[in-house]
Amino acid sequence: MIKCFTFIFLIIFITPIACFSQTEPLRIKITDGVIEPVPLAIPKFLSEIIAVKEISRNISSLIAQDLTKTGLFRIIPDEAHISRVTNFKASVSYSDWKAINAQGLISGAVTISKLKKQLCLDPRGCLVVKFKLFDIYAESNFFENGQKIYAAEPSDWRRLAHKIADDVYFYLTGELGYFNTKVAFISESGLKNNRLKRLAIMDYDGANVEFLTDHSDIVLTPRFSPDGTQIVYTSFKLGEPHVFLMDLKTRRSLVLDERNQMSFSPQFSPDGESIVMSVVSDANTDLYTLNLNSGIRRRLTSGPAIETSASFSPDGSKIVYESDRSGTQQLYILPLGAGEGRRISFGGGSYGTPVWSPGGDLIAFTKKSGRRFHIGVMRTDGSEERLLTSSFLDEAPTWSPNGRVIMFFRDKSGSRGTSSIFSIDISGRNLRKIVTPNSGSDPSWSSLLN
Amino acid sequence: MIYRIIFIFFLFVGLSACEQDSLFGPNALNNNVKGKLTDQTEQYFITKIGDRILFEVDNSGLTALAKVTLNSQADWLLLNSEYQVLIEGHADEQGTRDYNLALGARRAQMVKEYLISRGVDPNKISIVTYGKERPVENCSAEVCWSQNRRAVTIVNALSKG
Repeated sequence: MIKCFTFIFLIIFITPIACFSQTEPLRIKITDGVIEPVPLAIPKFLSEIIAVKEISRNISSLIAQDLTKTGLFRIIPDEAHISRVTNFKASVSYSDWKAINAQGLISGAVTISKLKKQLCLDPRGCLVVKFKLFDIYAESNFFENGQKIYAAEPSDWRRLAHKIADDVYFYLTGELGYFNTKVAFISESGLKNNRLKRLAIMDYDGANVEFLTDHSDIVLTPRFSPDGTQIVYTSFKLGEPHVFLMDLKTRRSLVLDERNQMSFSPQFSPDGESIVMSVVSDANTDLYTLNLNSGIRRRLTSGPAIETSASFSPDGSKIVYESDRSGTQQLYILPLGAGEGRRISFGGGSYGTPVWSPGGDLIAFTKKSGRRFHIGVMRTDGSEERLLTSSFLDEAPTWSPNGRVIMFFRDKSGSRGTSSIFSIDISGRNLRKIVTPNSGSDPSWSSLLN
Repeated sequence: MIYRIIFIFFLFVGLSACEQDSLFGPNALNNNVKGKLTDQTEQYFITKIGDRILFEVDNSGLTALAKVTLNSQADWLLLNSEYQVLIEGHADEQGTRDYNLALGARRAQMVKEYLISRGVDPNKISIVTYGKERPVENCSAEVCWSQNRRAVTIVNALSKG
């Protein structure tokens, strides 16, 4: 059997290089730059019983959607397939898939299992999805056991599809995916001078929106806890802004800072045990940490400047924040425990809402220069600043758990202007609007969920 | 809200003794529009005294015009001491949410400090920031933004019950 070439996409700020190799497995290396999407075939998943016919088709098409939206993959339409997968156990006809230039093949089968009935609330039993991932040119299966199996409530089929897409992403790129994730955000309606805001969560792709508050109080800047079970946010429930904590299971919320001072802009520490937030005392907004177990509050900054929008480093040892002590909003890094904030942003314009990347190497920020707003990234020493977006108002970046994608919100100008949530790769490519039922702002991306 | 009602109640108890002082205080006597200032309705305060002042872009400094309005507000408040005051600080949409909350707080505090410097009882004044959350005008142009960069003095009559 003649082995054909396998493409490896090495993209190091230059155009893709096609490597011709007999042995290299299908593996995409994601770095900055232009990438030619890798063609994949995802034939409709087989339904082993008639009742899951629609769900199995939905699952395979959602996997395809997840992978396509990364910009790293291209799905070969089913009509172009020569070979049909009619039996999940049958061997794969690699030559048929090579003929249509598919580099990867994902096949799957769906059923409702009565064996696992006790695990699921649905009276029909659990939805069970088996799937395989093939490297067509290497003529091999990626999974050691040949296949993987996931089970969940039938109503939870989207989560299963996202988990499978995360697996495919992981096996083909070597990095964790970001599809089985949630986004906490503010759902908005009404004109600017009569805007109603509700705390909400949704899947990363905008599906399954759930409202966590009604619109009676202004709510702002929700942030997921590292384990995805809690949200800290700002609410005007007590008449002025205060930081609240909501448990997502019970939907109960409590105010974290009842002292007679306004507080806002909360953010969890990486261990989930503390938050950092902004507290107003007199004319001065300063940063404090609050230990959620002990209730001990510690002041981090002082002086007459505005210090706000703090975010922890992934190891929890430092914070990055904005301060206007220089006269304009600029970014600073402060080691916790000792020392002074050190300024890292020196480009023209003002910088705000810094957020540390999950890998620790980058800071995402909002930049205002002239009358334009940008989302950008820079190294933690302020070097290699790159602006990814530009509009009338782009604000509030939040990182995908693997650090490849940033979500933010964009305000449209004008009397009828509304907000929408967008995502963009840190390469500056692949700008996408997240479709939500209402307008949306202040996104916070969760960690990868189970 | 309940805290505020309790707070206002105690303030009323605490301040009722001060009313006489301010009615005949030096500020009241010095004011040449004394007759009008004694109009005690909130409506009069909003429409005739002026309940709001405006700010320059990304600035919490009080303009000369703002000080004229605040002087009148202070004089009226000294004469009408049965009112509790809430100062709202606001920003226009050209800024990040967190920064604008901080900026609104700074603006409200500037007004509070100015009113105190004109003799208003500090214990009667509380502040709140709305950042860019509650604009009055919707357009994305300076004509609207200038109206949104504001501090609004809201007077609430203390219950006489």
